Amino acid sequence: MRFMMIVIPKEYEAAAPDAFPDAKAVAKMMEYNRSLQNAGVLLALDGLLPPSTGARVSFAEGKATVTDGPFAEAKEVIGGYWIIQVRSREEAIEWARRAPMSSRETIEVRQIREMADFPEDVRKAMEGFEDLKNATASKA
Amino acid sequence: MSDLHKTIEAVWKIESTRLIAGIARVTRDIGIAEELAQDALVAALEQWPEEGIPEKPGAWLMTAAKRRAIDHLRRGRMLEIKHGEITRELEFQQRRLGEAMDQALDAVIDDDVLRLIFTACHPVLAVEGRVALTLRVACGLTTAEIARSFLVPEKTLGQRIFRAKKTLAEAHVPFETPRGDELRKRVESVLSVVYLIFNEGYTATAGEEWMRAELCDEALRLGRMLAQLLPEESEVEGLLALMELQASRTAARRGPGGEAVLLLEQDRSLWDRAQIERGMAALDRAQELGGGARGYALQAAIALCHARANTAAETDWERIVLLYDALLEISPSPIVALNRAVAVGMAQGLGCGPAAALKALDALAEEPALANYHLFPSVRGDVLMKLGRYAEARKELQRALGMTENRRERVLLSTKLEGVLRQMGLPVTMEAEELK
Repeated sequence: MRFMMIVIPKEYEAAAPDAFPDAKAVAKMMEYNRSLQNAGVLLALDGLLPPSTGARVSFAEGKATVTDGPFAEAKEVIGGYWIIQVRSREEAIEWARRAPMSSRETIEVRQIREMADFPEDVRKAMEGFEDLKNATASKA
Repeated sequence: MSDLHKTIEAVWKIESTRLIAGIARVTRDIGIAEELAQDALVAALEQWPEEGIPEKPGAWLMTAAKRRAIDHLRRGRMLEIKHGEITRELEFQQRRLGEAMDQALDAVIDDDVLRLIFTACHPVLAVEGRVALTLRVACGLTTAEIARSFLVPEKTLGQRIFRAKKTLAEAHVPFETPRGDELRKRVESVLSVVYLIFNEGYTATAGEEWMRAELCDEALRLGRMLAQLLPEESEVEGLLALMELQASRTAARRGPGGEAVLLLEQDRSLWDRAQIERGMAALDRAQELGGGARGYALQAAIALCHARANTAAETDWERIVLLYDALLEISPSPIVALNRAVAVGMAQGLGCGPAAALKALDALAEEPALANYHLFPSVRGDVLMKLGRYAEARKELQRALGMTENRRERVLLSTKLEGVLRQMGLPVTMEAEELK
């Protein structure tokens, strides 16, 4: 089973566009990433630029409205993620516990829904969905 | 199981490999190391519910196990043999004990893990012993879990592991990473064990259970671990690529009723694109290491031909035939030749097509390795059907049906047989019906 470990750093919603973690924190993170890799559980990982460089598209009243970052009203924003393949929810949580995080950060552990988990009628309705994903991935 | 026990189990799954490897460095015997690691687990199960889970559970287990290892050696019979050497090792280990999980020692532990895997896959062991021991010490599976995934009684599996440990001890197999010429041979042995585990999960040989995905995941994780531990070995990446590419089709290999869906009939939108990308990246690395023409890399390249085709009709069969030619050159085998014949039957180029495929198949008719292999008559039946030789096709498919017990395969074969009977204008008989 696959899990996404989502990093939620406090105050990242207000971070400057050029904010960057310090070298010491990065070195610790590399060590942790290496331990995930050595255990053979790491599938993917990425860090995200601050929300001040992003935009939010909301759909209140059925109409798309674009707001550029930073998002004053946001309480939690995503800083980055890992995708890991493990044998249980507990194992995913145990890996999250070991991440070198500061007191300002939270990790949310969420299981990734697998295609096979969907009931047949939902799978039918999703026909073509993977095609879209494939098209995107092959362009990347 | 309580939440706490589940957490302890998760810690065990994460730590057991490094734990056993680290202790085996002291005991030089992976059987004893595994038992001592188990003792440490028992201690954790007793103490953690009272004291809470320690800050660094891995270090706690390592310290507990090493203390037991040192006691074991002090009491032990090993002292008689190499007293001086073991005393020095003990002193070294005791120094290490304090800094057990210090990051600086990670490289040492990595070496220990590699030694552990090489020892568990040692050629002195029977293949089934290598597989069981590897799952036990390198994947942290319990005897019950391994027995379940191999559909054998727990007792049988327990004996298998016991025998394997005993054989290693009796043969005085050193706990070390082979060097020089020996290394490549031993890497092959390790990779074949990993691929066996993968295939056991990918296609069960008997019974209802057609796929046991957990074993595929275990094999993939072992492959990823080995790619880190043996960064110079191109075939590790080759095998990893092959497994990722094959596993990427998992969701498409079963129909809604659990029936087998063959590669060319699969809904390709169900293939896992991210996994294909990982497979491609691994194959790139294998090629960069200069191993593009070696066995697993070639098989991965063939799998990639399928992954790249958006529809079955777009498959580059001509390239697949060439890749099989290259594969046959380095590892001639009737099974590879059989697969090549299938590709020849699909390809359009010179010397290809169903008639050429039939000729290639007939050249294999006397191969003892294919004598009881249901895919041979099954493939031959396919080709004969394409050539419009229905009576012969029917005979071959019936022969294939008589050779496999796997229910899903039998359903597939009987569906093909029905097609042939229809072409012949015959009623769909009992032989095809009884399985439905």
